Amino acid sequence: MKTKHLRLMQRAYIVLFFGFMYLPIAYMIVFSFNQSKGYSLFTGFTLKWYSSLLHNSSILNALWVSIEVALLSAVIATVLGTAASLGIASMGRKSRLLVTNITYIPVVNPEIITGISLMLLFVAYQRFAGGISWLPDTIMGFPTLLIAHIAFNVPYVIFNVTPKLKQLDIKLYEAALDLGCDPRQAFFKVILPEISPAILSAFLICLTYSIDDFMISYFNCGTVETLPIAIYSMTRKKVSPEIYALSTIMFVVILAIILVSNAMESRNYRRDQRALREEGV
Amino acid sequence: MMKRLAVLLLTAALMLCCGLPSFAAGSIEVTEDVSVSDDYDWTRFKGQNMTLNVYNWGEYISNGSDDSVDVVDAFEKLTGISVNYTTFDSNESLYAKLKSGAANYDVIIPSDYMVAKMINEGMLKKLNYDNIPNFQKVDEEYRDPDYDPQNEYTVPYMLCTTGIIYNTTMVDEAPTCWADLWDPQYAGNILMFNNSRDAYAIAAFKSGNSINPQSTEEVDQVVEELKAQKPLVQAYVMDEIFDKMIGGEAAIGVYYSGDAITMIDDNPDLAWVFPEEGSVLSVDCMAIPAASEHQEAAEMFINFMCETDIGKANCEFIGYTTPMEDVWEELDEELKYSDIAYPSEEEAAREKVFTALSDEVNSELDLKWSEMKSYDEGGSGLLFLSLLAAMVALALFNIWRKVRRRNRNMY
Repeated sequence: MKTKHLRLMQRAYIVLFFGFMYLPIAYMIVFSFNQSKGYSLFTGFTLKWYSSLLHNSSILNALWVSIEVALLSAVIATVLGTAASLGIASMGRKSRLLVTNITYIPVVNPEIITGISLMLLFVAYQRFAGGISWLPDTIMGFPTLLIAHIAFNVPYVIFNVTPKLKQLDIKLYEAALDLGCDPRQAFFKVILPEISPAILSAFLICLTYSIDDFMISYFNCGTVETLPIAIYSMTRKKVSPEIYALSTIMFVVILAIILVSNAMESRNYRRDQRALREEGV
Repeated sequence: MMKRLAVLLLTAALMLCCGLPSFAAGSIEVTEDVSVSDDYDWTRFKGQNMTLNVYNWGEYISNGSDDSVDVVDAFEKLTGISVNYTTFDSNESLYAKLKSGAANYDVIIPSDYMVAKMINEGMLKKLNYDNIPNFQKVDEEYRDPDYDPQNEYTVPYMLCTTGIIYNTTMVDEAPTCWADLWDPQYAGNILMFNNSRDAYAIAAFKSGNSINPQSTEEVDQVVEELKAQKPLVQAYVMDEIFDKMIGGEAAIGVYYSGDAITMIDDNPDLAWVFPEEGSVLSVDCMAIPAASEHQEAAEMFINFMCETDIGKANCEFIGYTTPMEDVWEELDEELKYSDIAYPSEEEAAREKVFTALSDEVNSELDLKWSEMKSYDEGGSGLLFLSLLAAMVALALFNIWRKVRRRNRNMY
């Protein structure tokens, strides 16, 4: 009797929990097919917002800017962050603690502080560069946006890669050297493959944070516009249903990526298990 | 009169300079729906790889969605100038962006009071109206406005008026004045502006004060009205009003006339009234920031926006009121004779415009507004305190339990 109640409560909890997380998205997806522009009355099914999204150059431009910045900043931040983690891993205990704590600060710092301080820095640089002919002085825009995104992405990479490096057995690297690798080969053939899952997940995290970011971009975008800023600007008139359509597409794409990568992972896992079993036989 | 003469002379001079034959010129077809006057040298910047930075309100231009004209695209096609078109959400963020020096724009579209403030602070360039011959099409009524008395800095883009939108099925008697928003029978059914300037104006109209307060005492007195109204208000909203009114969640709301047309289209039970005390006419204007490096091209863009076909496309897309007679002539019957977009002379006579406030009054207004918003009858404050007390009690209980367990284990 008691277990039945318990199971019922567990079920109810799960339904509530997932409802809480996914109902808003489901609601948005439903209303991306709505005939009228409202989001309280469903007046009929249509695909017109999807087709008109393709003709809306301002939303598409903003989307491209977001994607470009996300990809570029994620790649650069991943490279920088991985290099930094390698450096941190080979430091002494005290300096490692110090550097790790310094990298923590931008993460726990409210974004608005990061955003405003970066903007002040860029504006000051522009004033400074205005007086010196060989320095580029109109950097406000895509370059500053990119720099800002790299700046807030690097710590996330460090926090993803460092633990993996800690787990890594240093003896593997030494063995590679013993067996005739030079340090560069040992790094690319032994260390990098070992930490690549962490690097990949760091890259994906950067990508998400970058596409998501509003606050820091808002202060540092100059005359370009990312998708979150474009959406925010619609609040006086009304958020266009094309945004729901776009968000739906993004949600589906991300869902597909997750499903595919999970499927691939579990296939690899099964293959490894099988290989192990065969070896055992 | 003198001004008109001067303008005529200027136009004549311009025509002589360019050696153009007459007004009765033909037109250039840009796209199927857009033709522009060929009386203007649209292509002088072609091949120069120029980019214009245009900063406008979100969703405030016909952008090609829903089968409308893509205005920016048409301009690029015609002139060979590429446009970097971006958007902002409020006059204040536009101002902050320009002031911070973090961006350099060529064309911006601030509203009236922000224009006045920017002119005062030297943030705008004087326009060369020779490059904007279409300014001639702007109604006399909207030239030399209070915010730009000599009309040296701006060209009006769109107009709208504040007023009351109500649900005819939810009110016994149609509201006629702002004071009806203080009527207790609509308690919990009223939507107010969630922006200090527009909300203040309503209270000012109601209490017979000016919408442009001169002293901090005046501000304090008018904000008291808003405080008194707060218990009746369901919510302070901006664009959320569309769904609330269309969905019948509130009986009375206040918003801009252009958007009211959109709401009434979706829910025919809704109706609009220009309150008796008067209403705020706001004018969004095109202007060029002082730091712009492409003034002439920016003026070309402004001139383009005043072309009849472009004005018509924008007007139909946005639903706001056009200041250009030619554009009005071209509109669909429904919009053209709409009482909401084009109020009667009597109603128009009651319209007031915002001007810039002094810094002192402005900060007092901001302060009092946020005070009013956070001001509470006490209900939720008590709730918050009791929740806090409960949390502390729970934490103490946990600590006590742990201590007791530890003590027990020690024996």
